Amino acid sequence: MSKQKRIASKTPFAPKIGSIVLQTIILGIVLAIAYLLFANTQQNLSAKGIKSGFDFLWEEAGLPIGDTLIEYNPSRGYGYAFLVGILNTLLVSFLAIIFATILGVLVGVSRVSNNWLLSKCAAIYVETLRNLPLLLTLFFVYTVVLAALPHPKEAIEIAQGYYLSNRGVYLPRPIAQQGFGIFLSAVAVALGVGLFFWRWSIQYKHRTGRTVSGFWGGFAIVVVISSLAYLAAGNPVSSELPIYKGFNFRGGLSLKPEFTALLVGLVIYTAAFIGENVRSGIQSVHAGQIEAANALGVPRGVVVRKVLLPQALRVTIPATTNDYASLVKNSSLAVAIGYPDMVSIGGTIIGQNGQAVEIIAMWMAIYLTINLVISFVMNIVNSRAQIAER
Amino acid sequence: MADKTLTFKPSAARPAPSTQIKALAWLRSNLFGSWFDTLITLLISAILISFVPDLLKWLFIDATYSGDDAICRINGGACWPFIGDKFQVLMIGVYPQDLAWRPAVSAIALILLAYLTYSNRLRGAVLIAAWFILPIIALFLIRGSFGMQSVDQSSWGGLMLSIMLALVGVIVSIPCGVMLALGRHYGSPVTKVLCVTFIELLRGVPLITILFMASVMMPLFLPAELVINNLLRIQIGMILFSSAYMAEVVRGGLQAILKGQAEASLSLGVSPAKTVAMIIVPQALRHVLPPLVGRCIALFKDTSLVIIVGLLDFLGMIKGAALDTAWLGFQAEAYVFAAFVYWAVCYSLSLYGRKLEQRGPQSNR
Repeated sequence: MSKQKRIASKTPFAPKIGSIVLQTIILGIVLAIAYLLFANTQQNLSAKGIKSGFDFLWEEAGLPIGDTLIEYNPSRGYGYAFLVGILNTLLVSFLAIIFATILGVLVGVSRVSNNWLLSKCAAIYVETLRNLPLLLTLFFVYTVVLAALPHPKEAIEIAQGYYLSNRGVYLPRPIAQQGFGIFLSAVAVALGVGLFFWRWSIQYKHRTGRTVSGFWGGFAIVVVISSLAYLAAGNPVSSELPIYKGFNFRGGLSLKPEFTALLVGLVIYTAAFIGENVRSGIQSVHAGQIEAANALGVPRGVVVRKVLLPQALRVTIPATTNDYASLVKNSSLAVAIGYPDMVSIGGTIIGQNGQAVEIIAMWMAIYLTINLVISFVMNIVNSRAQIAER
Repeated sequence: MADKTLTFKPSAARPAPSTQIKALAWLRSNLFGSWFDTLITLLISAILISFVPDLLKWLFIDATYSGDDAICRINGGACWPFIGDKFQVLMIGVYPQDLAWRPAVSAIALILLAYLTYSNRLRGAVLIAAWFILPIIALFLIRGSFGMQSVDQSSWGGLMLSIMLALVGVIVSIPCGVMLALGRHYGSPVTKVLCVTFIELLRGVPLITILFMASVMMPLFLPAELVINNLLRIQIGMILFSSAYMAEVVRGGLQAILKGQAEASLSLGVSPAKTVAMIIVPQALRHVLPPLVGRCIALFKDTSLVIIVGLLDFLGMIKGAALDTAWLGFQAEAYVFAAFVYWAVCYSLSLYGRKLEQRGPQSNR
């Protein structure tokens, strides 16, 4: 029996008789240290008169928050303030992931481009951004680039209703009018029909061998039905333009400089890493594969879609999953430029009531949850990409 | 039947087609291959022309190299005397000026050691020993031990502090990471669970929360009599954080070592402990040298976060200098200088990493 176990075990170092004793001792030491730390903490907390437990979450916070997604006022509880922070973290991370992916793919594709100028520019971008601390990039964007923008009075107008100023970026705010619900449901139906058409086209191709351009067909269906619905519902979305009044803009959608700086910093920093993943993914596909496809007369777009991408994605996706996770963790640098994310708000709470243990436990729990969700979603995406391998 | 010999007369050689002339061919294939390429080339050129000359003008041509802020304001370009004025504080913080030779000597020794490492003059055990001993000597020197005038840690700062945090962090966290990786890869179930929990917990949260924990919570954990100063607490926090990442890198190396290595060693009668220490770990580390260098770069960049918990490292000093009222309005110069320094350190490290990668894991370094 023990011989079999020895062969079956993964490592050549098979467990010995003493090992159980040793494991018990190790576990005992770790538990003892943990208990010691716990006892110390209890003693120190009571000596300093700091309460413990999560009751403080319902106490009145009294802390003002500059940038909130949901209705907030300082008379709400600490727990609610922390929730505002969580939502801010999620918002900035979500937007940054989307923009960083788009920019990162562009950078990665540019790096392997035949165009010398383009690939050199992309290389300089990657080598610069990757070798600078994110915090420095954030400070630079926040105090040098955004601060150099003009006062709202002379704000740069990109298009009507879009303004850049040192107090923030101002955009028109879309407002749902009557009939917006009808429009939304029509769009949902259109998406369903479009997807169904795409699915059908693939099956049709498998059955008959004839090609129907399902993706573009489906896309066209969605666009046509949606725009018809938009017209039928009678302009269901109107926009509220920001207007300069007093010393600042009123109305519209405003992005505070802190938010803009954090978003821009995270996007340009992470895009450099994603760009490298994309580049290494593309370069991992053997050149012979592309040449073979070209030699068979496969159209260029199809070569990219059917030969290059499926194989490149297998290398790119796992590395990019890690970069998404780092991006979420890096969003905690918000505290350095004063964007009220959950670390920033949590830090303020620690300063007010000293309940560091609870706050840090909440931070850890939430970051771990976010990271688990990201790796769960990306694992699904990844398994879809890996299926192409037979 | 005319017996006539035909002599072959080659016609005169045509000039090479334009696609073959060197410069033109290069231009055509690299910049103007298709209408799309041409469009991109023109677009990028337009963008570059719109800001690069202005940037160079600001950085060098209009820049002031000596004088004071008044001259800078007249010239309008970058103000480098500002950096010169702040240089000492950026490098060593508020470390006493008359003792500045101590960090200077340490820095020269460090640069020398880095050069010897990069040029491959030091190898094996000597190299590793040197990297362990140098920081210890430097720390004693900078702190002022053995009857020298001692300098309190609260006055350490600037680039010196950043490099110190990173160097000590790397040197301590690699052995810790190796232990954790061994525990995770070869350990008994209990050790494995403990190691995995530690690694995943630390990798799952941002460094800032670890630093907050080290700075705010660690005093609560420890008995009231045991007081550790803020710098050391933060250093411990960075080491714990870095160890978890190092462990994952080393684990990759352990997975690359074939089982036969350990079996061969054990069958020769080498003890398991020696097998791990002398056979497995050295080979595993050699496999993962490039990613280990990558982790060093990341740790050096991460040291900039300590300003959030109140240490004044290089970036902290830069931020302070940018707010100095005597030199108001020159923060761009401060950040450009900071970017240059961080970039130079990180880029040279990454060059070293690339060099190691080319050398490959099999070569005898």
